[in-house]
This record gives sequence, structure tokens and C-alpha cells, in this order.
Amino acid sequence: MTNLFGTTAPNAANLPRIMRVVPRSRNLEGALLLLAVGLNAFQLAQIQLSTIEVLTPEFFLYWLPLSFLALVLHAILRLRASEADPLILPIAVVLNGLGLSMIYRLDLATIANGGSELFGFKQVIWTSLAMAAAAAIVIYVPSHLFLRRYVYLSMLIGAVLLLSPMLPVIGKTINGARLWLSIGGLTFQPGELAKIALTIFFAGYLVNRRESLAVVGRKILGIRIPRARELGPIVMIWAASLLVLILQRDLGTSLLYFGIFIVLIYVATGRSIYVIVGMGMFLTGALVASRLMDYVSGRIDSWLNPFSQQNYDAVGGSYQLAQGIFGMAHGGIQGTGLGGGIPQLVPLAESDFIFASLAEELGLVGVFAILTLYLLLVARGIRIGFSHPDDFSKLLATGLAFSIALQCFIVIGGVTRVVPLTGLTTPLLAAGGSSLIANWIIIGLLLRISDSARLGSSTGENSRGGAA
Amino acid sequence: MNRELKRISILIFVMFLSLFVATTGIQVIGADSYTADQRNVRSIYDGYKTQRGAILVDSKAIAISKRSDDVYRFQRTYISQMYSAVTGFYSTNQGATGIESAMNSFLSGKNSSQFFEQISAMLSGSPVQGASVELTIDPKVQKAAWDALGDLKGAVVALDPTNGNILAYVSKPSFDANSLSVHSGTESKSNYQDLLNNKNGPLLDRASTELYAPGSVFKIIVASAAIESGKYTPESLIPNPIKFKLPGTNTFVQNSGEGKCGGKATVSIADALRFSCNVPFAQLGIELGQDRIRAQAELFGFGKKVQFPMTASASKYPTGMDAAQTGLSAFGQFDVRVTAMQMAMVSAAVANKGVLMKPNLIENVQSSNLTILNQPAASVFSQPMSAATAAKVNAMMVGAVARGVSSNGQIKGVEVAGKTGTAQNGDGEPYTLWFTGFAPANNPRVAVAVVVADGGGMGQSGRGNSLAAPIAQKVMRAVLQK
Repeated sequence: MTNLFGTTAPNAANLPRIMRVVPRSRNLEGALLLLAVGLNAFQLAQIQLSTIEVLTPEFFLYWLPLSFLALVLHAILRLRASEADPLILPIAVVLNGLGLSMIYRLDLATIANGGSELFGFKQVIWTSLAMAAAAAIVIYVPSHLFLRRYVYLSMLIGAVLLLSPMLPVIGKTINGARLWLSIGGLTFQPGELAKIALTIFFAGYLVNRRESLAVVGRKILGIRIPRARELGPIVMIWAASLLVLILQRDLGTSLLYFGIFIVLIYVATGRSIYVIVGMGMFLTGALVASRLMDYVSGRIDSWLNPFSQQNYDAVGGSYQLAQGIFGMAHGGIQGTGLGGGIPQLVPLAESDFIFASLAEELGLVGVFAILTLYLLLVARGIRIGFSHPDDFSKLLATGLAFSIALQCFIVIGGVTRVVPLTGLTTPLLAAGGSSLIANWIIIGLLLRISDSARLGSSTGENSRGGAA
Repeated sequence: MNRELKRISILIFVMFLSLFVATTGIQVIGADSYTADQRNVRSIYDGYKTQRGAILVDSKAIAISKRSDDVYRFQRTYISQMYSAVTGFYSTNQGATGIESAMNSFLSGKNSSQFFEQISAMLSGSPVQGASVELTIDPKVQKAAWDALGDLKGAVVALDPTNGNILAYVSKPSFDANSLSVHSGTESKSNYQDLLNNKNGPLLDRASTELYAPGSVFKIIVASAAIESGKYTPESLIPNPIKFKLPGTNTFVQNSGEGKCGGKATVSIADALRFSCNVPFAQLGIELGQDRIRAQAELFGFGKKVQFPMTASASKYPTGMDAAQTGLSAFGQFDVRVTAMQMAMVSAAVANKGVLMKPNLIENVQSSNLTILNQPAASVFSQPMSAATAAKVNAMMVGAVARGVSSNGQIKGVEVAGKTGTAQNGDGEPYTLWFTGFAPANNPRVAVAVVVADGGGMGQSGRGNSLAAPIAQKVMRAVLQK
């Protein structure tokens, strides 16, 4: 294209970016964050008024750290990742705030009953640390490609974290599952962090091997069977998952890792045979384990018949599950209102059963809202996977988003009897430091990856986004 | 990759959909039944907020919540121990039993039929009032049963055979439900412990949860099975030796000591029932076989936990018996176990031309603004036998009262059908004494079962006819005098 003067018209893409204009999505995020922290203030006030009938300065102890750090994260995003997805942070803040409110509310009930085991303040500390970790990810992970350099290191870290609870002295068994590290009185669930490291490894490994994995061998009975050597890694991950199941006695964790892997290998290769073989292998393994191991069959029996008196009375039986369901039923459609129910009757109401606690007080209406928030959060992650031009980032975003979805399904499904109950935590809601830190790191990573997804789309592929 | 991502999105959507469905199932669809579970103490805590509905008999409250000045705001009060087996108790510490538990969702205002009241209560900020429950109990019949049982340990259940309505429901010894509904935790706890430790078992519901050996009242079921099989009539003759050696054992069955069964080489089924002879029934039972007897018993309700809406224990007819055990089971010994409610159901089925109506204690449920929320319709439980068989069994039971060993069931001027039972409970153990029957035989208005436990205090010398039959007679008379 020449003009009258014979020079080439400046091409917009070749112009140097003089300044990055902060996009409108950040303003949307800011507005949603104000809503989120406002909602949190409302919850805390309602809890104080309905239980101790007076507003105390303790309100600020639970409200300020989360609100302040949410705004700090928002500011960091404006400076360092201005194109990041605007919904992820507000959703995470709402969920974290809701969990914090419920934990504080349960603490008030514990105090009223003369108990001393409190979780609220610890949760505030962990929330602060976790949000700082998310901020660190946004600041110190310079681009979505950075992590790809550490794929095999991630594998090593993941494996060490995963197996560390098996170590003598520091490994610890809680409620029958050996998933914990205990150092100097602090307990930590390294599996939560292992989940992230392994997802990074899966994404990197599959990007490198996707071509050879996608090539399939002979056709048997109309189904293309992968070549034997390509099945090696699946067998390895399968064996590792079963090892977790047998040694650490936790079906949920084992299913989580294997599920993330199977979904990623499917997305990377497009071969559904991996899903079929993988599911078959896992089900076979779990079935054999349930025959050989009492705790698995006990869990399954409690799942099928939680209200039989025998399971209800058994040690480690269905008492907790049944009480959780009673609580949810008590909430009904509109809920008892925060502070109006009796969620403290359920053991572990602040962690494993926080979903039941919220269901009792917020009712089906609140439950639908919470599930929708999770679904939206996961959808945003999948949407990043859709629109990102880089395959590694695609897989990583998908893996991280799916890990949240699968974890929600396993733990909430466990409480609501969709699947047998296992010992996973509800992402962002449940009391527990390791879980909070891991999930905020996931939030940080999704924000970081989403920033470059938008950059990618603004340089020519802008027709691809928005399908999720 | 994006094609696969779309499929994964669908998978995630389905996963979440299952969670939406499951929570709806728990919080909406199953909510009432979870709320009614007596292990769910939430409704009890909730109960403090609302004025619990009253339990009524003939429009008069037998359990009512009155205002109190403490944090609980309402005090549950019961008018008489006579109704304790029916109402159960409602305690802040010990949970709830009886109708208080079975109808809790209505009484506490939590039932989904009170949805609009709940909505308006939510908007106005004032709590929902509990619905009141009117029972089918007839206070005159209940009083007659209570008085007739006197100081004996046992139970009386009286049914209207035409619709299954429960007219009387008494278990003795009883307890004072007020001693458990007191708000002081220590007081109600210690009262509860005292009742639990009381060796007379005042908290036991002998009318529908305690199981007893039926003895000869079980013969009604065996006779029904025999005639229903088509191979026997009331006139069919059965060998009647002095002693009958149970096959494969050295144990002999004898007729009870009244001598009327002996004398002849054979006896008809009607006479065997009339004189309650064990020897012919043992042989009849073995001939019929345990499967046929069990099938008949199950049609009467054996093996089922009948809800009326309190839950009765399932009566048991054993499985896998050998011939000797089957012989013993045919006159209600060995491991046969029944509730008084079950035996009243047997008589009610015979009385109602072979059609067994489902037992029911609820006349209706009314909201605080007098809207009827629930009114259970009479429903058929089963048809244990044909009308023709029922007529024959009916006539045999009339014979047992009029001209047999169940004579103390007789009412002057009324034809009464009935059967006594005197069940052994092992060496040296006191007998369990029974009467079950109905009246008038040609147009039955009441079916009754009376069980007297621990031999009525007379060890092994009490008999069903001497102790249980007079009680049943007074209960039937109370119904007929109305």
C-alpha cells in the first residue's frame, strides 16, 4: 500500500508499544472486588449480630486482611498483568471470605460451648500467606513460558512432596489417612502442593510427547490401540496413584492425580482410548483395593447406607456423613441464615464438612450460588485453555482448572453422597493452610497465564476467545 | 485441542450438574424424611423457637406446649400416663419418641405442607406455629384398656378392623413423660436414667416394639394357611394321639392339661382350635410345611416394620427349620416372635373378611389456622386370605370363645370371636399370656390383642384365658357400648 508520497503506511502491528493502556477489564475486576469484600463485611456483621448480638472490633480482624490483600493483588495485576482475567480474583475472594466467615462463626459456637480449639485466626494468617504467595507468582513468574523450563524439576518436587508423608518422624496419620507432615507442631498437607507441581509436569511432558502419543498402533476390534511403549507413562502414573491409595489410605487424592493426568493426556492427544484404558485401570485398581482393604470397603458401605444404625454407630462409620446430611436438610431451600443453624454438630464442620455447614445456613439458594461460583472459576480456567496460543499454557491452565473442578466434585460429592467420602478439602473454603496456599497459587498461575492469553489474542487470534 | 477442551467442559458441567441434583435431593426432596430421623437433634433444638403443636384425642389435648419463662420459651406438658406409650416424650436432652418423634415435622411446623405458613412467617419474622395432630384413639376405649390391664405388665392394642384406625394403645408399666420434658438437663437426664434402670422397663413399648412368643394365638395363622391351601376344611380330621414324637428327636408334644383334646384318635381342625390342641397343630404344621405358613404369616405383616406412623418391630417366623422345629412353630413356640400390634392385625384381617387394613393412629393434622394439612385415608395393607376362608376362621374363633378354652372373652348378648395363648419361654421362665379376637363376630367393630408379660406375676400358673381374655373382653365391651 503506497500513498501519495510513495512511503509505506505505518502498520499498526509494527508500531512499538509506547505504553500499555490498562484495559477496562481491570476496572471491572475492581468493581467486583468491592462487591466481594462488601459481601464479606455483610456476612461477618450478620454472624456477630445473630450469635453474640453485638458488633465487636474482632470484625476487622477477619475482614481487613482479606480485603486489603485483595486490593493489593488487584493493584499488582494492574501493574504486572493488566490483561489477566477479571473474574478469577473476585471469585476467589468471595469463596475465601465465605469460608473465613463460616470458620469464624463455628469458632463463636465453640467459645459459647466452652471449647478452645479455634480455627478462625489461623485461617486469617494462612489466607494472608496464601494471597502473598499468589502475588509472588504474579510478580516473579515473568511469563507463561517460564515454568516450562522446570518440567522435570516439577516432577521431582511433586514426587518428593507426594511421598513425604511416608517418611518416619515427620509423616503423620490423621483420621486414618497418611497425608500430613508435622514439623514443630505445624501440620501441612504436602499433597496439595504436589498437585500443582505434578500438573506442571504433566503439561510439560505431554506437550513434548504429544505427537508420539497421538500416533496409534494397530486396530483391534475397531479400536486403535496405542503402542505398548506409549502406555509406559500411564502405567507409571497409575501405579503411583494406587501407591497413594494403598500407602496413604486416601482414595480422593489418588483419584485427583489420576483424573488430572487422564484429562490432560486426552486433551493433548485427542485419543479417547487413553480415557477408556485409564478409567478401566483405575476402577480395576480401586475395586481390588476395596476388596483387600477394610477402610475402602467400609467407606463404600457408609456411602451406600449412611443411615443404617450399624454404619452410623461404627467407629469411622457414617455418623459424620449422616449428621452432615441432617444439617443440609435442616437448611432446606432458604437456609437458617448465618448464625441461625447448628452446623457445629457435624465433626470437622470447619474443614471437610464446611460445605454442609454453609448448606445448612445458606440453604439451597446459597449452595447453588457457591457451586455456580466454582463452575464460573473453572470455566474461566478452561477459557484460558481455549484461547491461549501456546500449547503448554493451554494444558497447564486446563489442568489447574480441572483440578479445582475435580476436587470440588470429589469432596462436595462426598458430602452429598454422589461419591464415597474421602479426605480432600473444599478449595478456598475449608480451614487448612496447605489447601489455601495451594489454591491461591493456582489462582496466581491462572492469572499469570490468562494475561498472556489475552496478549496472544490481541496480536491476531482475537476470534478464538470467549467460548467457555 | 479445542475440540477435546469442549468435551472436557461438558464433563465438568455434568460433574457439577450431579452436585446440583444431589444437593437438591437432600435439601428439598429428602428434607422432610431427614428431619424426621430421630437421630437428627436439630429439629429438637429448632423446636424451642416454635410453639409445638398439640397432640389431641377426641379434640382434647393430651400433650401441649405451654409458655414458660426460660430460654426454651415453651414447656411440653402431658396430661396422663395413660397416653405415654402413644405420645412418647419430647425432651430437650433425650430426644423424642412415639408420636412426638414420628410426627415431628408437623408438630414442629417444619413439614413442607406448611410451606406457605413458613414463607409468611419468614416475612413477618414471627416463628411458624406447629400443627396439631388428632389421633384415632377413642378415650373411652383407651381408659377401659388402661384400667383393665391394671398393674399387669403388658399391652393392649385395639383396632377398627374396617379401616385400621387404632382405638386403644396401652403399654404398662408406663412412665410420666413430664419427668423427661423438664428443661433442667440434669433432672431430665437422671429421670431418664432411672427409667432406663427400672427393671420393669417402663420405657419399653410393649404394644408394638417388644417381641413375644405368641403361643397358641399363632394357631389362627396356621389354621388360615391350612384352609387357604384348599387341602383342608375346618372339619378335616387330624390324628390326635396322647403324645406326638417330633420327627428326628426324642421330644414329645402334649396337649395342654385341660383334657378336652384327648379321648379320640382324631380331631377336626375346628375342635383343635377350639380346645387349643398342640398335638394336631404340630402335625398340621409339618404337613403344611414352613414355607406355606411363612407365606401366610408374611401376608399378615410378619417380617415388615409397619408404620402407623410410629414404627412397629417386624414380627418373626423363623427360616430354615427342620420338621421338629416346624412342628413347634405351628403352635407359636420355637423362635416365633410377634408384637401385640401384629396379633391385633391378624384378628382384624379375619374380622374384615380377609382384607387387612393398614393400622393408623392419625385422624388428621391441622395447622394453627385450622386448615387440614393431612388426613390419612384408610388403605389396604394386604389380603391375607379369601373372604370364604375368613368366614371359616371367623366361625372357628367364635367356637373357641363360645364353646372352647377362650371362654373368658364372652360378652353377654354378643357373639365374640377370639383365641387365647399361653406361651412358654423356657425352663422356669414365666409364661406370656395372650388373647386376640374381635366383636361382634358377624359385623366386627373392634379387633383387639392383649399380651400379658412375665406370666402376669403368676409364673407358670397363669393362663391366657384367665388373665388376658378378661382384659380384652372389657376393651371390646367399651367399644360396643358406645
